[in-house]
Amino acid sequence: MLRVDNIEVAYGKIQALWGVSFEVRDGEIVALVGANGAGKTTTLKTVSALLRPSAGAILLDEQRLDCCTPVKVVEFGVIQVPEGRKLFPHMTLRENLLLGGYTRAARAERSKRLEHVFEIFPALRERQGQIAGTLSGGEQQMAAIGRGLMAGPRILMLDEPSLGLAPIMVEEMFRVVREINQRGVTILLVEQNTENALELAHRGYVLESGRVVLEGTGKELLANEKVREAYLGL
Amino acid sequence: MTAAMETLIQSLVNGVLTGSLYAMIGVGLTVIFGVMRIINLAHGEMVMLGMFSAYWSYTLWKIDSFLSAIVWVPLFFLAGMLAYRYLVRAIMPGGELNTLLYTAGMSLLIANVALFAWTGDYRTLNLPYAVEPLHPFGIAVPVPLAIAFGLAALITAALYVFLARTDTGRAVRATSQNPEAAALMGINVERIAMITFGLGTALAAAAGVLLVPSLYLYPTVGEILVVKCFVIVVLGGLGSIPGAIAGGILLGVIESFGAVYVSVAYKDTIGFIMFLLVLLFRPQGLFGAARS
Ligand SMILES: Nc1ncnc2c1ncn2[C@@H]1O[C@H](COP(=O)(O)OP(=O)(O)OP(=O)(O)O)[C@@H](O)[C@H]1O
Ligand SMILES: [Mg+2]
Repeated sequence: MLRVDNIEVAYGKIQALWGVSFEVRDGEIVALVGANGAGKTTTLKTVSALLRPSAGAILLDEQRLDCCTPVKVVEFGVIQVPEGRKLFPHMTLRENLLLGGYTRAARAERSKRLEHVFEIFPALRERQGQIAGTLSGGEQQMAAIGRGLMAGPRILMLDEPSLGLAPIMVEEMFRVVREINQRGVTILLVEQNTENALELAHRGYVLESGRVVLEGTGKELLANEKVREAYLGL
Repeated sequence: MTAAMETLIQSLVNGVLTGSLYAMIGVGLTVIFGVMRIINLAHGEMVMLGMFSAYWSYTLWKIDSFLSAIVWVPLFFLAGMLAYRYLVRAIMPGGELNTLLYTAGMSLLIANVALFAWTGDYRTLNLPYAVEPLHPFGIAVPVPLAIAFGLAALITAALYVFLARTDTGRAVRATSQNPEAAALMGINVERIAMITFGLGTALAAAAGVLLVPSLYLYPTVGEILVVKCFVIVVLGGLGSIPGAIAGGILLGVIESFGAVYVSVAYKDTIGFIMFLLVLLFRPQGLFGAARS
């Protein structure tokens, strides 16, 4: 279980997170939703140890993650697929995927996991040799998730995987997230596509101006007056 | 072959041979820039130190200067890693202007210590087997330059294989393309930066070792070399390795043609005029903005 406990995070003097707490239990899909600037990306970056909280703790079971390096967090199996894909644009798709399995433990599993990625994303198989920067937006998102899977994640954190995709691709993306979860990967899903995310998720948290303002099961949140008004425009 | 034709081919060959060594120096500067966003103004001094290392190996211990590369290149790789760890890393958060000024200071310091230790005398190293040039197809090819070219090509090819085929090499490229994403892959970005600084330093020193039988050697030779480096990376586009190779060879050829068709005295000036023209009309470099 991943437990984020009362973390405070600031960029210089500007505080972005104010006592954020949530947990992701093994096997779950947990959605973290909120408007632009709510602090979703900041939260994921802090879990990945790219940012340090000034207070609070992040725990993976009994293991503290908030004093680790980003490398250690990856080695513990907490993998982030960052906002905007962040592929290595001048390398081939295949090289990008191989880099996803860079850690020593992951290297031994690479060929097996490559197969696994191509099973989930058959469209990527023929594009292995293509330079990542020339892939379409949808292909890039698949590649980014595939690269995350190459690490053999215990917990996969996806930052707005549906961003900038055509409606049909958005649906496909959510289907894939469910499939990955069914294959045994715990998921922390950051989304602005509130409706789809909450429909998919077992539980969700609503982040507003750096604070968790609501939490509950996906269904509860979808039925919540405030969520319907503020995020679903109903 | 007509005399004019012969002169043309002769200066082209000279240019490519010298250019291969410029390319190596430029690649060193460019890999460091790619990963760390540092323009290392002390890069020319690394070449100078490589030259002196090979020179002393030969004059003091009678070790062939080319052979001495086997010892010096790994040593400079280590020295580069240590320099990064203990001298460069701490000032990295200061931003690009700070690192630029800092490496300029290092450059002055190294050159002046060398001046103090070895005086400002011009030295040359004459290898016994290098007196008579080779004459393939009626073109005169100086032996030391031919050997240097062969070794430079070998080293550059090895670097290419390292970057293209090994995990660490891929990590170097990943870090230069997106350091934050690289960290999310579990790449230790600090370690990669250290290795890259070591690599860049080793390339510069290797070029120095290879150049010493072909160039005058004096403690401030790095000044002119680092300026050439700028010309090379601007020609090729800063951060691009193929660009640096092409830029280096192009500069070698331009200088060589300049020396033959204009005047030896203007050899360097012609290179700099090219540099200004490229900056004015194609600031992204002759070969586009590609970074790899
Ligand atoms: N590098 C930074 N420097 C300063 N402030 C930042 C930085 N990155 C984010 N912020 C601020 O922190 C707050 C939270 O930003 P964050 O990127 O976490 O939001 P988000 O929920 O991911 O938004 P979006 O949905 O637009 O991606 C915002 O007010 C933002 O301006
Ligand atoms: Mg965000």
